[in-house]
Amino acid sequence: MDTPTVFLLLIVLSIAGFFLGRRRSRTVVAGEGGARALHSLPKHYGYMAALWALLPALGLLLLWMLFETSILANIVIGELPASVQQLPESERGLYFNQVVSYARGAVDASQLSDVQVAAAEHYRELLAASGKLKALLVALMAVIGGLLALRRIAPALRARNHVENIFKWMLFACSFLAVLTTLGIVLSVLFEAIRFFQKIPATDFLFGLEWSPQMAIRPDQVAASGSFGFVPLFVGTLLISAVAMVIAVPVGLMSAIYLSEYATRRFRSVTKPVLEILAGVPTVVYGFFAALTVAPFVRELGESMGLSVASESALAAGLVMGIMIIPFVMSLSDDIINAVPDTMREASLGMGATMNETIRKVLLPAALPGIVGGILLAVSRAIGETMIVVMAAGLSAKLTINPLEAVTTITVQIVTLLVGDQEFDSPKTLAAFALGLVLFFVTLLLNVIALYVVRKYREQYE
Amino acid sequence: MNSTNEPRRSTSSAAIQASLKRRYARERRFQWYGRLAVLTGFVFLFILLADIVSKGYPAFTQQYIMVEVDFDKEQLGLAADATAEQIADADYLGLIKRSLREMFPEVTSRSEKKQLYRLVSMGAEYQLRDMVMDDPGLLGQTREIWLQAHSEAGSYLKGQVAADSDQADRKVKDQQVLWLDQLRAAGRTESRFNTTFFTAGDSREPEMAGIKVALYGSFFTLLVTFFIAFPIGVSAAVYLEEFAPRNRLTDLIEININNLAAVPSIVFGLLGLAVFINFFELPRSAPLVGGIVLSLMTLPTIIITSRAAIQSVSPSIREAALGVGASKLQTVFHHVLPVAMPGILTGSIIGMAQALGESAPLLMIGMVAFIMDAPTGITDPATVLPVQIYLWADSPERGFTEKTSAAIMVLMGFLIVMNALAIYLRKRFELK
Repeated sequence: MDTPTVFLLLIVLSIAGFFLGRRRSRTVVAGEGGARALHSLPKHYGYMAALWALLPALGLLLLWMLFETSILANIVIGELPASVQQLPESERGLYFNQVVSYARGAVDASQLSDVQVAAAEHYRELLAASGKLKALLVALMAVIGGLLALRRIAPALRARNHVENIFKWMLFACSFLAVLTTLGIVLSVLFEAIRFFQKIPATDFLFGLEWSPQMAIRPDQVAASGSFGFVPLFVGTLLISAVAMVIAVPVGLMSAIYLSEYATRRFRSVTKPVLEILAGVPTVVYGFFAALTVAPFVRELGESMGLSVASESALAAGLVMGIMIIPFVMSLSDDIINAVPDTMREASLGMGATMNETIRKVLLPAALPGIVGGILLAVSRAIGETMIVVMAAGLSAKLTINPLEAVTTITVQIVTLLVGDQEFDSPKTLAAFALGLVLFFVTLLLNVIALYVVRKYREQYE
Repeated sequence: MNSTNEPRRSTSSAAIQASLKRRYARERRFQWYGRLAVLTGFVFLFILLADIVSKGYPAFTQQYIMVEVDFDKEQLGLAADATAEQIADADYLGLIKRSLREMFPEVTSRSEKKQLYRLVSMGAEYQLRDMVMDDPGLLGQTREIWLQAHSEAGSYLKGQVAADSDQADRKVKDQQVLWLDQLRAAGRTESRFNTTFFTAGDSREPEMAGIKVALYGSFFTLLVTFFIAFPIGVSAAVYLEEFAPRNRLTDLIEININNLAAVPSIVFGLLGLAVFINFFELPRSAPLVGGIVLSLMTLPTIIITSRAAIQSVSPSIREAALGVGASKLQTVFHHVLPVAMPGILTGSIIGMAQALGESAPLLMIGMVAFIMDAPTGITDPATVLPVQIYLWADSPERGFTEKTSAAIMVLMGFLIVMNALAIYLRKRFELK
């Protein structure tokens, strides 16, 4: 049976549990004054039976789904002839993928060898057997859970508290998912990055000045397979982010100051949402804009001034990224400036300072830590931004700080290394995870510092 | 005393006057900087939107050329009692080529013929095939039929290519321009609303490419995202606002949520690739995995906004419920959540809009395949609208530039609708 059917069966069993539980709670007190003798309402006993039937069986179903394919695959691969067993892992994977797609009916037998057809038949049988076993075990689990709950029903059973406790744990599990996600991110990138560092020494990666991973042509060439020096990527990332900041910080900060200190309420209520549209535009749209409109424009402009500009210049990508970040800087600085107490403003104005003197000599120095925190958050956004640079920045890693040349970034390299055909275990794909690890920790560090600075700043005025 | 102070005060007052003038000038300048900054933002937004609309709107029309087609059985190689299969396999391309040659009998050289055939779309033969399949009675008859124009010929008919430009700079050659002008003069060309764009999947030919598959993919992906992120996000927010004890574990959860909100989206893609595809072996390119990854990415947004909505529910509602004997859980689910729901929905819609526009993590899990058939479920290979935009943006043909912009317009249209809905809900919520 396929999973949706099993799931439906489970829901039906659980609903049945609800009605049985409710009825049983009524029958156990039938002779003792009816529902009044119960601790909780009859429906709570019903919920309890339903949950006991549902949750353990659902857990079993999820585990089964997660491990079914890999276990079945291992069984079938284990029975393949020795000649296939000895193939390198990637070729064996390809061989087996054909088996699976035949078993699913996606390809016809003409493309496969007899051994593969036999394996596919076996795989199909196993899949069917596993489906039946899954349905049986899940149903059994649900029935046992439901019966256990039904047996426990008695007038003194605190069913409502019991049900609410289960709910509280479920709510807790949902919020704990955030921790699991972080853990999953760290473990998945760390695990693959460690495998990368076993092949390429960490010092070569961190301090190497050359990045050209595309050179691994033959598998036996691993040691000589290109070079994985991370420095040019990091410099390229910082260069593009710096260009973005040069656009976003002055425009964003001045807009925030103008809107919060000078503009009328009406002007502000119209302007702010319009500027925030910039934040809602998907990054792929910015990428398209950067690659097809801004980059040629920058190139022509540069050439008319006698400069040689690469067609995928860091300037174009950075400029567009800056536009994207303007609303981000604006709303962060707006919050920060509004948090400065009015007494400081009024004191300065009362002394005869003009508004701009008040802003420059009182508000900005007071808000500086918060603004710096906001800018750090914006930098972390710029470093992690992917689509704009994938579409508008270059692929070749050049160690330069000239914004008119093409540079590449960490995120661009992750995408190029992982999109398309890939064999796992090659340093090329593993390198992407090492880059991901660096990216995760750099942005994490920036965020932690920024959030800390902003919080300290807020506390100061609360 | 007065008399001795008089001159000094006047000089200092003059100095003050002068400095005041300077200070006011500076004040005015500063205000102008502010206005300039706001204006810069507006200008950027305007250029961005104008650029996309101006590039994209021609994609919503499609050019057709009327061709007289003789459904000759011999040319098609069909006998009188041809089966449906034979009809499907017949040589319709040859039929089109012959019809075109008959329209322009002066064309004889090989290269000219080749150019002539490039006037109509590669999809025209399928159009004829479908017509004959629907009505086999057409065989043996002669009909005037509107065939879709090739994207290059179409772009000339739309006026995007100037006829007097250098032939080497454009795809439409002078000879083709001549033919197209003749056809236009004879009233044999027509511009229609481009329905193909909404009913076709991806294609290598710009005039046959459409966003249907991408729309289906986006729909299935968002469906998965919503059904995972919404219940989990709201539950997490309820727990953190209403039940969580003040302890280290709660702090840890809160710090994690705040940090996840700022993790680059591509890192979620790496997580999806390593965990869901490599470890759990879920299908690649499927909306299922895309939806899971996007839901993890939007969870922080939904949790943070839902918490704010729950926080803003007045305590008197809670106290009233608790006072009449409701349990904590009943209070939350019967009273607090219904009041907070508009706020929660606002946050969720914003989160969904984010997920709809996201593409980087989906590249990681292989949703970049070339897919022509619409997915029928969450485990079929699919692509989503932003990724389709990315793929088309990479194509060199001019026809794809306009398709890309048009797809962007559709995507932005959806985003505007979603955000407008969110703003509407927020406004209603504020009135309460």
